[in-house]
Amino acid sequence: MGKGKRKVPGLNQSSTADISFILLIFFLVTTSMDTDSGLSRRLPEWNPDEVEQEMKIKERNVMTVQVNKFNEIFVKNGVINRQIEVSELKDIAKEFIANPDDNPNLPVIEPFEIEGYGTVNTTIKHVISLQTDRTTNYEIYFQVQHELSKAYSELRDAWARRVFGKHYIDCDEKTEQPVVRGVYSNKISEAEPKQYGTAQ
Amino acid sequence: MPELNTSSLPDLIFTVLFFFMMVTSMRDVEVKVQVKTPTGGSEIEKLERKSLVSHIYIGPPSKQYRAIYGAAPRIQLNEFFAEPEAIREFVSSERESMFEKDKPLMKMSLKIDQGVQMGIVTDVKQELRKARALNIVYSAGKDNKDK
Repeated sequence: MGKGKRKVPGLNQSSTADISFILLIFFLVTTSMDTDSGLSRRLPEWNPDEVEQEMKIKERNVMTVQVNKFNEIFVKNGVINRQIEVSELKDIAKEFIANPDDNPNLPVIEPFEIEGYGTVNTTIKHVISLQTDRTTNYEIYFQVQHELSKAYSELRDAWARRVFGKHYIDCDEKTEQPVVRGVYSNKISEAEPKQYGTAQ
Repeated sequence: MPELNTSSLPDLIFTVLFFFMMVTSMRDVEVKVQVKTPTGGSEIEKLERKSLVSHIYIGPPSKQYRAIYGAAPRIQLNEFFAEPEAIREFVSSERESMFEKDKPLMKMSLKIDQGVQMGIVTDVKQELRKARALNIVYSAGKDNKDK
Protein backbone atom coordinates (compact mmCIF):
# COMPACT_ATOMS: atom_id res chain seq x y z
CA MET A 1 0.00 0.00 0.00
CA GLY A 2 2.60 2.39 1.04
CA LYS A 3 4.71 1.78 -2.05
CA GLY A 4 2.08 3.21 -4.46
CA LYS A 5 1.64 -0.02 -6.39
CA ARG A 6 -1.87 -1.17 -5.63
CA LYS A 7 -2.88 -4.55 -6.90
CA VAL A 8 -6.45 -4.74 -8.36
CA PRO A 9 -8.19 -7.75 -6.84
CA GLY A 10 -8.88 -10.36 -9.52
CA LEU A 11 -12.40 -11.38 -10.45
CA ASN A 12 -13.36 -14.62 -8.86
CA GLN A 13 -13.46 -17.05 -11.77
CA SER A 14 -13.97 -20.23 -9.87
CA SER A 15 -17.60 -20.55 -11.04
CA THR A 16 -16.87 -20.09 -14.75
CA ALA A 17 -16.07 -23.77 -15.02
CA ASP A 18 -19.43 -24.68 -13.52
CA ILE A 19 -21.29 -22.34 -15.84
CA SER A 20 -19.65 -23.79 -18.93
CA PHE A 21 -20.25 -27.27 -17.58
CA ILE A 22 -23.95 -26.52 -17.43
CA LEU A 23 -23.87 -25.24 -21.02
CA LEU A 24 -21.99 -28.31 -22.10
CA ILE A 25 -24.49 -30.63 -20.47
CA PHE A 26 -27.34 -28.67 -22.03
CA PHE A 27 -25.89 -29.21 -25.51
CA LEU A 28 -25.22 -32.86 -24.85
CA VAL A 29 -28.81 -33.42 -23.77
CA THR A 30 -30.45 -31.47 -26.59
CA THR A 31 -28.46 -33.17 -29.31
CA SER A 32 -29.35 -36.66 -28.19
CA MET A 33 -32.99 -35.70 -27.86
CA ASP A 34 -33.86 -35.74 -31.53
CA THR A 35 -33.55 -39.46 -31.90
CA ASP A 36 -35.26 -40.97 -34.85
CA SER A 37 -38.14 -43.34 -34.36
CA GLY A 38 -40.31 -45.37 -36.64
CA LEU A 39 -41.69 -48.68 -37.76
CA SER A 40 -39.05 -51.26 -38.71
CA ARG A 41 -39.57 -53.54 -41.66
CA ARG A 42 -37.42 -55.90 -43.64
CA LEU A 43 -37.79 -55.89 -47.39
CA PRO A 44 -37.69 -59.18 -49.27
CA GLU A 45 -34.55 -59.99 -51.25
CA TRP A 46 -34.44 -58.74 -54.80
CA ASN A 47 -34.45 -61.70 -57.11
CA PRO A 48 -35.30 -60.86 -60.70
CA ASP A 49 -35.73 -64.51 -61.69
CA GLU A 50 -38.45 -65.06 -59.17
CA VAL A 51 -40.59 -62.13 -60.15
CA GLU A 52 -42.50 -64.18 -62.67
CA GLN A 53 -42.87 -67.13 -60.39
CA GLU A 54 -46.32 -67.54 -58.97
CA MET A 55 -46.16 -68.51 -55.34
CA LYS A 56 -48.22 -71.55 -54.59
CA ILE A 57 -49.98 -70.68 -51.40
CA LYS A 58 -53.21 -72.27 -50.30
CA GLU A 59 -56.04 -69.85 -50.51
CA ARG A 60 -56.95 -70.21 -46.85
CA ASN A 61 -53.45 -69.11 -45.84
CA VAL A 62 -53.66 -65.76 -47.57
CA MET A 63 -55.20 -62.56 -46.39
CA THR A 64 -55.22 -59.73 -48.84
CA VAL A 65 -55.33 -56.18 -47.60
CA GLN A 66 -55.90 -53.81 -50.43
CA VAL A 67 -55.79 -50.04 -50.20
CA ASN A 68 -57.14 -48.50 -53.36
CA LYS A 69 -56.63 -45.06 -54.83
CA PHE A 70 -59.59 -43.69 -52.88
CA ASN A 71 -57.81 -44.82 -49.70
CA GLU A 72 -60.48 -47.39 -48.98
CA ILE A 73 -59.33 -50.58 -47.32
CA PHE A 74 -60.58 -53.94 -48.53
CA VAL A 75 -59.82 -57.14 -46.69
CA LYS A 76 -60.22 -60.58 -48.14
CA ASN A 77 -59.61 -63.88 -46.42
CA GLY A 78 -61.49 -67.13 -45.85
CA VAL A 79 -64.19 -65.60 -43.70
CA ILE A 80 -64.34 -61.95 -44.63
CA ASN A 81 -64.42 -60.06 -47.89
CA ARG A 82 -65.48 -56.46 -47.57
CA GLN A 83 -64.45 -52.89 -47.09
CA ILE A 84 -63.33 -52.08 -43.55
CA GLU A 85 -62.18 -49.18 -41.42
CA VAL A 86 -58.57 -48.96 -40.21
CA SER A 87 -59.73 -49.52 -36.63
CA GLU A 88 -61.24 -52.91 -37.51
CA LEU A 89 -58.10 -54.21 -39.15
CA LYS A 90 -56.20 -55.21 -36.00
CA ASP A 91 -58.85 -57.63 -34.73
CA ILE A 92 -59.44 -59.12 -38.17
CA ALA A 93 -55.68 -59.63 -38.57
CA LYS A 94 -55.37 -61.17 -35.10
CA GLU A 95 -58.13 -63.67 -35.81
CA PHE A 96 -56.56 -64.51 -39.14
CA ILE A 97 -53.02 -64.94 -37.82
CA ALA A 98 -53.89 -66.97 -34.74
CA ASN A 99 -56.96 -68.85 -36.02
CA PRO A 100 -57.99 -69.57 -32.40
CA ASP A 101 -61.00 -71.74 -33.27
CA ASP A 102 -59.20 -73.84 -35.88
CA ASN A 103 -61.55 -72.58 -38.56
CA PRO A 104 -61.06 -74.53 -41.82
CA ASN A 105 -61.31 -71.29 -43.79
CA LEU A 106 -58.46 -69.64 -41.88
CA PRO A 107 -54.75 -70.58 -42.01
CA VAL A 108 -53.70 -74.15 -41.31
CA ILE A 109 -52.41 -74.77 -37.81
CA GLU A 110 -49.50 -77.13 -37.94
CA PRO A 111 -46.59 -78.16 -35.75
CA PHE A 112 -43.55 -75.99 -36.21
CA GLU A 113 -40.10 -76.55 -34.76
CA ILE A 114 -38.62 -73.54 -33.01
CA GLU A 115 -34.94 -73.56 -32.27
CA GLY A 116 -34.24 -73.47 -28.57
CA TYR A 117 -37.80 -74.20 -27.52
CA GLY A 118 -39.44 -77.15 -29.24
CA THR A 119 -42.51 -77.70 -31.32
CA VAL A 120 -45.51 -75.43 -31.25
CA ASN A 121 -48.71 -75.47 -33.20
CA THR A 122 -49.04 -72.31 -35.18
CA THR A 123 -50.16 -70.91 -38.51
CA ILE A 124 -46.65 -70.76 -39.84
CA LYS A 125 -47.66 -70.60 -43.49
CA HIS A 126 -50.00 -67.63 -43.30
CA VAL A 127 -49.29 -64.64 -45.49
CA ILE A 128 -50.67 -61.16 -45.31
CA SER A 129 -50.44 -59.54 -48.68
CA LEU A 130 -50.56 -55.79 -48.59
CA GLN A 131 -51.42 -54.23 -51.89
CA THR A 132 -51.58 -50.60 -52.78
CA ASP A 133 -52.25 -48.49 -55.79
CA ARG A 134 -49.64 -46.03 -57.02
CA THR A 135 -51.86 -43.17 -55.94
CA THR A 136 -52.69 -44.53 -52.49
CA ASN A 137 -51.92 -42.06 -49.73
CA TYR A 138 -48.81 -42.91 -47.72
CA GLU A 139 -50.40 -42.06 -44.39
CA ILE A 140 -53.16 -44.63 -44.86
CA TYR A 141 -50.56 -47.19 -45.88
CA PHE A 142 -48.60 -46.40 -42.75
CA GLN A 143 -51.66 -46.74 -40.54
CA VAL A 144 -52.38 -50.15 -42.09
CA GLN A 145 -48.79 -51.25 -41.45
CA HIS A 146 -49.06 -49.98 -37.91
CA GLU A 147 -52.28 -51.87 -37.22
CA LEU A 148 -50.82 -55.08 -38.61
CA SER A 149 -47.75 -54.66 -36.39
CA LYS A 150 -50.02 -54.13 -33.47
CA ALA A 151 -51.87 -57.35 -34.24
CA TYR A 152 -48.58 -59.27 -34.17
CA SER A 153 -47.39 -57.59 -30.97
CA GLU A 154 -50.61 -58.31 -29.14
CA LEU A 155 -50.55 -61.97 -30.19
CA ARG A 156 -46.91 -62.25 -29.12
CA ASP A 157 -47.65 -60.62 -25.82
CA ALA A 158 -50.58 -62.96 -25.18
CA TRP A 159 -48.49 -66.02 -26.07
CA ALA A 160 -45.60 -64.86 -23.89
CA ARG A 161 -47.93 -64.38 -20.95
CA ARG A 162 -49.53 -67.78 -21.44
CA VAL A 163 -46.29 -69.72 -21.86
CA PHE A 164 -43.61 -67.74 -20.02
CA GLY A 165 -45.98 -66.02 -17.62
CA LYS A 166 -44.77 -62.52 -18.38
CA HIS A 167 -45.12 -59.74 -20.91
CA TYR A 168 -43.20 -59.96 -24.16
CA ILE A 169 -41.07 -56.93 -23.32
CA ASP A 170 -40.05 -58.54 -20.03
CA CYS A 171 -38.87 -61.73 -21.76
CA ASP A 172 -35.18 -62.31 -22.21
CA GLU A 173 -33.96 -60.64 -25.39
CA LYS A 174 -31.51 -63.35 -26.32
CA THR A 175 -33.44 -66.52 -25.51
CA GLU A 176 -37.17 -65.96 -25.06
CA GLN A 177 -38.06 -63.13 -27.41
CA PRO A 178 -36.79 -64.91 -30.55
CA VAL A 179 -38.96 -67.91 -29.61
CA VAL A 180 -42.05 -65.76 -29.27
CA ARG A 181 -41.23 -64.01 -32.52
CA GLY A 182 -40.86 -67.41 -34.13
CA VAL A 183 -44.36 -68.44 -33.11
CA TYR A 184 -45.94 -65.38 -34.64
CA SER A 185 -43.42 -64.27 -37.19
CA ASN A 186 -44.11 -61.27 -39.32
CA LYS A 187 -45.45 -62.43 -42.70
CA ILE A 188 -46.46 -59.19 -44.27
CA SER A 189 -45.65 -59.29 -47.93
CA GLU A 190 -44.83 -55.84 -49.22
CA ALA A 191 -45.53 -56.54 -52.81
CA GLU A 192 -45.27 -54.20 -55.71
CA PRO A 193 -48.57 -52.56 -56.55
CA LYS A 194 -51.15 -54.90 -58.06
CA GLN A 195 -48.94 -57.92 -57.92
CA TYR A 196 -48.56 -60.77 -55.51
CA GLY A 197 -45.14 -60.75 -53.93
CA THR A 198 -43.01 -63.43 -52.42
CA ALA A 199 -43.47 -64.55 -48.88
CA GLN A 200 -40.54 -64.26 -46.54
CA MET B 1 2.21 -28.82 -1.24
CA PRO B 2 1.37 -26.19 -3.89
CA GLU B 3 -2.25 -26.06 -5.02
CA LEU B 4 -3.08 -27.15 -8.54
CA ASN B 5 -3.67 -24.19 -10.82
CA THR B 6 -7.24 -24.47 -12.08
CA SER B 7 -7.42 -21.13 -13.85
CA SER B 8 -7.33 -22.79 -17.28
CA LEU B 9 -10.13 -25.23 -16.50
CA PRO B 10 -12.92 -22.95 -17.82
CA ASP B 11 -11.06 -22.52 -21.10
CA LEU B 12 -10.64 -26.21 -21.41
CA ILE B 13 -14.33 -26.86 -20.89
CA PHE B 14 -15.26 -24.02 -23.22
CA THR B 15 -13.22 -25.72 -25.89
CA VAL B 16 -15.13 -28.97 -25.39
CA LEU B 17 -18.37 -27.01 -25.43
CA PHE B 18 -17.49 -25.35 -28.73
CA PHE B 19 -16.51 -28.69 -30.16
CA PHE B 20 -19.93 -30.12 -29.35
CA MET B 21 -21.72 -27.07 -30.70
CA MET B 22 -19.84 -27.32 -33.97
CA VAL B 23 -20.34 -31.03 -34.37
CA THR B 24 -24.06 -30.93 -33.72
CA SER B 25 -24.76 -28.17 -36.20
CA MET B 26 -22.56 -29.79 -38.83
CA ARG B 27 -24.35 -33.10 -38.81
CA ASP B 28 -27.66 -31.59 -39.77
CA VAL B 29 -28.41 -31.86 -43.43
CA GLU B 30 -30.50 -29.06 -44.77
CA VAL B 31 -33.80 -30.68 -45.53
CA LYS B 32 -35.10 -29.26 -48.76
CA VAL B 33 -38.39 -31.08 -48.75
CA GLN B 34 -41.31 -30.63 -46.42
CA VAL B 35 -41.68 -33.77 -44.39
CA LYS B 36 -44.34 -34.31 -41.80
CA THR B 37 -44.04 -37.94 -40.87
CA PRO B 38 -47.15 -39.86 -39.83
CA THR B 39 -47.73 -40.65 -36.19
CA GLY B 40 -48.28 -44.05 -34.71
CA GLY B 41 -48.75 -45.50 -31.28
CA SER B 42 -47.38 -48.47 -29.44
CA GLU B 43 -45.43 -49.98 -32.33
CA ILE B 44 -43.06 -47.07 -32.85
CA GLU B 45 -39.54 -47.99 -31.84
CA LYS B 46 -36.67 -45.68 -31.17
CA LEU B 47 -33.69 -46.09 -33.43
CA GLU B 48 -30.56 -46.90 -31.56
CA ARG B 49 -27.04 -46.36 -32.89
CA LYS B 50 -27.34 -43.40 -35.17
CA SER B 51 -24.20 -44.40 -37.04
CA LEU B 52 -26.10 -47.26 -38.67
CA VAL B 53 -28.89 -45.11 -40.00
CA SER B 54 -29.03 -43.31 -43.34
CA HIS B 55 -31.88 -41.04 -44.24
CA ILE B 56 -33.96 -40.75 -47.35
CA TYR B 57 -36.38 -37.85 -47.45
CA ILE B 58 -39.45 -37.85 -49.63
CA GLY B 59 -41.86 -34.95 -49.80
CA PRO B 60 -42.85 -31.84 -51.71
CA PRO B 61 -39.96 -29.34 -52.08
CA SER B 62 -39.89 -26.48 -49.58
CA LYS B 63 -41.25 -23.10 -50.65
CA GLN B 64 -37.96 -21.59 -51.80
CA TYR B 65 -37.30 -24.54 -54.13
CA ARG B 66 -40.80 -24.74 -55.61
CA ALA B 67 -39.97 -22.33 -58.41
CA ILE B 68 -37.22 -24.60 -59.67
CA TYR B 69 -38.40 -28.06 -58.76
CA GLY B 70 -42.17 -27.73 -58.69
CA ALA B 71 -44.52 -28.96 -55.98
CA ALA B 72 -44.56 -32.66 -56.83
CA PRO B 73 -42.94 -34.89 -54.18
CA ARG B 74 -39.22 -35.41 -54.65
CA ILE B 75 -36.58 -37.65 -53.15
CA GLN B 76 -33.72 -36.05 -51.26
CA LEU B 77 -30.47 -37.93 -50.69
CA ASN B 78 -27.85 -36.14 -48.65
CA GLU B 79 -28.13 -32.51 -49.76
CA PHE B 80 -29.55 -33.04 -53.18
CA PHE B 81 -32.75 -33.90 -54.96
CA ALA B 82 -32.42 -37.21 -56.71
CA GLU B 83 -34.17 -39.68 -58.92
CA PRO B 84 -34.96 -43.19 -57.62
CA GLU B 85 -32.15 -44.57 -59.79
CA ALA B 86 -29.59 -42.66 -57.72
CA ILE B 87 -30.45 -44.64 -54.61
CA ARG B 88 -28.19 -47.54 -55.45
CA GLU B 89 -25.21 -45.24 -55.65
CA PHE B 90 -26.26 -43.52 -52.44
CA VAL B 91 -26.57 -46.86 -50.62
CA SER B 92 -23.16 -48.05 -51.75
CA SER B 93 -21.48 -44.80 -50.74
CA GLU B 94 -23.19 -44.94 -47.35
CA ARG B 95 -22.10 -48.54 -47.01
CA GLU B 96 -18.52 -47.63 -47.87
CA SER B 97 -18.35 -45.20 -44.98
CA MET B 98 -19.30 -47.84 -42.41
CA PHE B 99 -17.22 -50.29 -40.48
CA GLU B 100 -17.08 -53.74 -42.01
CA LYS B 101 -18.92 -55.43 -39.15
CA ASP B 102 -21.71 -52.83 -39.21
CA LYS B 103 -22.48 -53.16 -42.90
CA PRO B 104 -25.16 -55.86 -42.58
CA LEU B 105 -26.87 -53.81 -39.87
CA MET B 106 -27.33 -50.76 -42.04
CA LYS B 107 -30.77 -49.22 -41.74
CA MET B 108 -32.46 -46.87 -44.12
CA SER B 109 -34.77 -44.43 -42.43
CA LEU B 110 -37.49 -43.35 -44.82
CA LYS B 111 -38.70 -39.94 -43.82
CA ILE B 112 -41.80 -39.67 -45.93
CA ASP B 113 -44.40 -36.95 -45.85
CA GLN B 114 -47.93 -38.03 -44.96
CA GLY B 115 -49.38 -36.64 -48.15
CA VAL B 116 -47.10 -38.51 -50.53
CA GLN B 117 -48.59 -41.09 -52.84
CA MET B 118 -47.41 -44.69 -52.72
CA GLY B 119 -45.99 -44.74 -56.25
CA ILE B 120 -42.78 -42.92 -55.37
CA VAL B 121 -42.48 -44.87 -52.11
CA THR B 122 -42.75 -48.14 -54.01
CA ASP B 123 -40.10 -47.03 -56.50
CA VAL B 124 -37.75 -46.21 -53.64
CA LYS B 125 -38.43 -49.55 -51.97
CA GLN B 126 -37.73 -51.42 -55.19
CA GLU B 127 -34.43 -49.57 -55.60
CA LEU B 128 -33.50 -50.36 -52.01
CA ARG B 129 -34.15 -54.03 -52.66
CA LYS B 130 -31.91 -53.88 -55.72
CA ALA B 131 -29.25 -52.16 -53.63
CA ARG B 132 -29.63 -54.90 -51.00
CA ALA B 133 -30.44 -52.41 -48.29
CA LEU B 134 -33.25 -54.45 -46.82
CA ASN B 135 -33.59 -53.01 -43.33
CA ILE B 136 -35.89 -50.07 -43.55
CA VAL B 137 -37.69 -47.91 -41.05
CA TYR B 138 -40.79 -45.95 -41.84
CA SER B 139 -39.91 -42.90 -39.83
CA ALA B 140 -42.78 -41.78 -37.63
CA GLY B 141 -43.46 -39.82 -34.54
CA LYS B 142 -45.02 -41.23 -31.44
CA ASP B 143 -48.52 -40.19 -30.64
CA ASN B 144 -49.26 -40.86 -27.01
CA LYS B 145 -53.02 -40.68 -27.31
CA ASP B 146 -53.05 -44.15 -28.76
CA LYS B 147 -51.56 -45.88 -25.75
